[in-house]
Amino acid sequence: MIRFWPILALVACAILPWTPGLPSFWVSLLNYIGISSILVVGLVVLTGIGGMTSFAQASFMGFGAYASAILSTRYGVSPWLGLPAAIVVAAVGAATIGAVTLRLRGYYLALGTMAVSVSLYFLVANLDFFGRNDGLSSIPPLMLGDYRLTDGRVYLTLVWAMLVAVVVATNNLLDSRLGRAIRALRGGALAAASFGVNTTRTRMLAFVYAAVLAAIAGWLYAHLQRSVNPTPFGLNASIEYLLMAVLGGAGHVGGAVLGALLVTVINDLLQDFLPKLLGQRGNYETIVFGMILLGVLQFAREGLWPHVFRGRVQRREIASAPPLNRRARPVGGSAILAVDHLEKRFGGLVAVNDLSFAVGVGEIVGLIGPNGAGKSTSFNLITGVASPSAGTVALFGQPITGLPPPAIARHGVARSFQHVKLVPGMSVIENVAIGAHLRGQAGALAAICRRDRAEEAQIFAEAARQLDRVGLGQLADRPADSLALGQQRVVEIARAMCLDPVLLLLDEPAAGLRHAEKAELAALLRRLRDEGMSILLVEHDMEFVMGLVDRLVVMDFGIKLAEGPAEQIRRDPAVIEAYLGIA
Amino acid sequence: MSVLSVEKLAVSYGAIPAVEDISLVVPEGGLVTVIGPNGAGKSTLLNAIMGVLPSRGAIRFLDRDLGGMPVEARVHLGIALVPEKRELFATLSVADNLLLGGFRFGRRHAGDELDRVYGLFPRLRERHRQPAGTLSGGERQMLAMGRALMGKPRLLMLDEPSLGLAPLIVRDIFRIIADLRATGVAILLVEQNARAALRVADRGYVLETGRVTLEGEAKTLAADPRIVEMYLGVASG
Amino acid sequence: MDSTIAAILVQDGIVNGAIYALLALSLVLVFAVTRVVFVPQGEFVAYGALTYAALDTGTLPGSLWLLAGLGAAAFLAGLAQRRPIFGLALSSLVLPAAIIATSWLLVPSKPGILANALLSLAIVTPIAPYIYRIGFQPLAEASVLVLLIAAVAVHLALMGLGLVFFGPEGSRASAFSAASVSVGDFSLSGQALWILGLTGALMIGLYGFFGFTLLGRALRATAVNRLGARLVGIGTAQSGSIAFTLAGAIGALSGILVVPLTTVYYDSGFVIGLKGFTAAIIAGMASYPGAVLAAVLVGVLESFSSFWASAFKEVIVFTAIIPVLLWRSLRHAAIEDDDE
Repeated sequence: MIRFWPILALVACAILPWTPGLPSFWVSLLNYIGISSILVVGLVVLTGIGGMTSFAQASFMGFGAYASAILSTRYGVSPWLGLPAAIVVAAVGAATIGAVTLRLRGYYLALGTMAVSVSLYFLVANLDFFGRNDGLSSIPPLMLGDYRLTDGRVYLTLVWAMLVAVVVATNNLLDSRLGRAIRALRGGALAAASFGVNTTRTRMLAFVYAAVLAAIAGWLYAHLQRSVNPTPFGLNASIEYLLMAVLGGAGHVGGAVLGALLVTVINDLLQDFLPKLLGQRGNYETIVFGMILLGVLQFAREGLWPHVFRGRVQRREIASAPPLNRRARPVGGSAILAVDHLEKRFGGLVAVNDLSFAVGVGEIVGLIGPNGAGKSTSFNLITGVASPSAGTVALFGQPITGLPPPAIARHGVARSFQHVKLVPGMSVIENVAIGAHLRGQAGALAAICRRDRAEEAQIFAEAARQLDRVGLGQLADRPADSLALGQQRVVEIARAMCLDPVLLLLDEPAAGLRHAEKAELAALLRRLRDEGMSILLVEHDMEFVMGLVDRLVVMDFGIKLAEGPAEQIRRDPAVIEAYLGIA
Repeated sequence: MSVLSVEKLAVSYGAIPAVEDISLVVPEGGLVTVIGPNGAGKSTLLNAIMGVLPSRGAIRFLDRDLGGMPVEARVHLGIALVPEKRELFATLSVADNLLLGGFRFGRRHAGDELDRVYGLFPRLRERHRQPAGTLSGGERQMLAMGRALMGKPRLLMLDEPSLGLAPLIVRDIFRIIADLRATGVAILLVEQNARAALRVADRGYVLETGRVTLEGEAKTLAADPRIVEMYLGVASG
Repeated sequence: MDSTIAAILVQDGIVNGAIYALLALSLVLVFAVTRVVFVPQGEFVAYGALTYAALDTGTLPGSLWLLAGLGAAAFLAGLAQRRPIFGLALSSLVLPAAIIATSWLLVPSKPGILANALLSLAIVTPIAPYIYRIGFQPLAEASVLVLLIAAVAVHLALMGLGLVFFGPEGSRASAFSAASVSVGDFSLSGQALWILGLTGALMIGLYGFFGFTLLGRALRATAVNRLGARLVGIGTAQSGSIAFTLAGAIGALSGILVVPLTTVYYDSGFVIGLKGFTAAIIAGMASYPGAVLAAVLVGVLESFSSFWASAFKEVIVFTAIIPVLLWRSLRHAAIEDDDE
């Protein structure tokens, strides 16, 4: 039933407009609701899911509307060909704006798009090419053979069929390798980057995708209205679309439709009611919309959708699939990671000073020391989160010093985080599947058309295998944030294993774990080592590392205090002093 | 009368408990230390008393219930926290940092207090024009303590004052802590450096995985072999 | 173009730039202290301008009733936030009542430019801290993006309220002084001198406030380290309220200065405010001197583009941030985790 909803919806789109007694006023309203929904679905992907805010969505809608209007009105191009033109124009525009803002902090995109939106409005309103403030009229209608799609009821079928297609495409995209990357942007960007996701490119994908949906909406608008002018594509319109997304529920594709419906209907009622109340004409509905938006942010930040429709846990079927390719395993005996004279200064502070050590193949090395000794900084230097002031880090003798996290992941280094970084709201197995990001190739188009199913099956079979391996297979479909902290840490290890790493870097894996959980974790790590994995773990819990590691490196004040087997370290007077303090 | 009394305090991060069922008392003019290995919940405890973290259980300061009171209101009652990360105003000068420490009095008392703090930390007087962000680790700790003292607190809470400092400076800091208690301010000292902390304190509590596992006279605790075990992870059976 | 025209354009640009500089300063201030991108800044410009214009003609401005209404709303919000009732009533009920009473008594007698300007400031400024208490304080822990959307919501509501209380007609006020100063070939209007003089004085005042007063230092402290500020007893709500008050006053003053130069409508403020933003963005939302310099550049760019391509002056000004953003983007390594 659930799987066939698009077909049922399409049938409904064809039949419902002909419901006897449906007033033409409602037909027209439903047309606009459908068109807005298409745009807002894009905004959901961008803002609610990707965590970016754009105030240029109405402008992109304008790109689409004007592109098709100019081509069909002035150059006699078929309105149907206006659609690909609209999409290309909006995509190029979004890519240009994205290129200058998406590497910067989030609010630059918002403010940049705000300025661009105002700027475009004045540009279009002042150029003859766009018909200035009056815009363009007598736009030809869409044709099916000789039949003109001018009847609102027929158009309604087209609009809502497009909406169904857009919702299906968006759900497909979100349920794919790149979709998981988009969903990881909000809050989990560093984790995603550590598994090879190029976050700037992923942001760009979401931004361009949202712009393309806006352009489709614009194309539908232009040939429904049969005239265009700058006003509906201005900044206020963009704000209204954002309101739809936030009110409906910016994190849910369904919220887009709910929000578009509510805002359009409320808008219509207010435009009748407020001028009567206030005795003069004007855009008074903006007051109410501003207040609604503020109220939603304060009292229901997730929007209405989650309150109306409770999400159900969906079970993901794991099909058997051929295993993913694995990278060449290193041979025993050689050093896999070599840290040489590493140094990091922050202003006048030396956080890491002349640190050198190595990790051999199939070895567990613990990097320990009291709080503030420089362990975490060292870890950040090795994983590419920070770059060292001096010294080198090498993997198999190849320097990886100063490489960004995705490049280090590509070398086969996987990590976990001191403060667990799983994407909340995403299921455990989807989180683990992010670990296999680099082992798939499918792009956005393949995902939208579901040509990525074979690869996805492989990725999920691998994710399920790793989850089983760490003993959490039965929790695969639970939301990641519903797990206990100890389990979340283990999920992070399963995710790391999905990268098919040669080296595992674990940042305080035992922090916050109960005694029994620590013992299980230690057993798991030992098992991994016995299978040939090399592990470097940063820990301050001496009890946890003592029985586990092959070798310990002790840091204090940023320098290496001691190195050797656990038993020897425990008797080292310098180490005792570092941990217990000076007498 | 006790300056601070904590009863059955519990703090959780989401569903995960960080500290549970903690009760402790800091008497007037007393120096009480909470020691324990990293991650035991020591900082969490101080942050809960300060109101930075929400908690359950009762916190009473000079017989006044602090339940639900925001951080700044607790400061105005006379509680000061020198946090683990110091939380200085990096771009402001040393003198401005200190002056803001006395924010709760407005400007009037600044002169005398400033002299007193400069007397305790002569290094800060030398550097009073320098931005706080350019100080060394030891100087930062001194500035953080000086800033807290500017507010003339009745209760001073120190979170790992020896953290990341060289042994010589750690000695300095502990000497100053001993001097401070002589001025009558009650001190709650959280430390990883168990030996130094137990030497200056009257009483100690040992925190392990979020619970108090030992408590008593500082001298008695210092001699307890279980503390060494706990820190170095010797299997205790 | 000859040198006289160029000189006039530069002069125009600097005068407008001075206004943008004030706005940019307060945007940087509000952002640093509260993390709110203060989009409704422009509404305060419009409110200030229209209030002053109404007083100039001897009529009671509609913003008085807005002040009373928002004061009442802030009172209710304050009750919900369990603030002490006495101070709350004083700041959000008694104060608007006093201002309304004063206006009622003074306005019909046309008390003169200075009194009108001060009264306009008194009417418009308190709206800002009311807005902070109603709209932003409950969101204090939210992300920058949520606060930005909230700011847009406030902008939308205030613009609509502007239409209700000021009506759709534009207004213009008489100049502060009809005098003009001639230096060689070109002359400087009295209004321009007022703008430059007051802007300069205000900047020196702000410098003194931030550099030498405890409260000013407290705001800077909040901007650098929020937790540190709370630990010395500086409340987030308190500093946020002060920052908003300053921003409201600066916005209103900008409006008062601008309205003798150009006709202002209820929705004119946004575009003026956005130019302040452009300057603030160019300065990276962080540097005060940088924001002033950028604002003057924006002003000059605007006056030259209005000479060459008057229809496209907004387009040119707002497109100017693209190369700046590009430059920032290339200099700046991508930050991986957002400031949630």
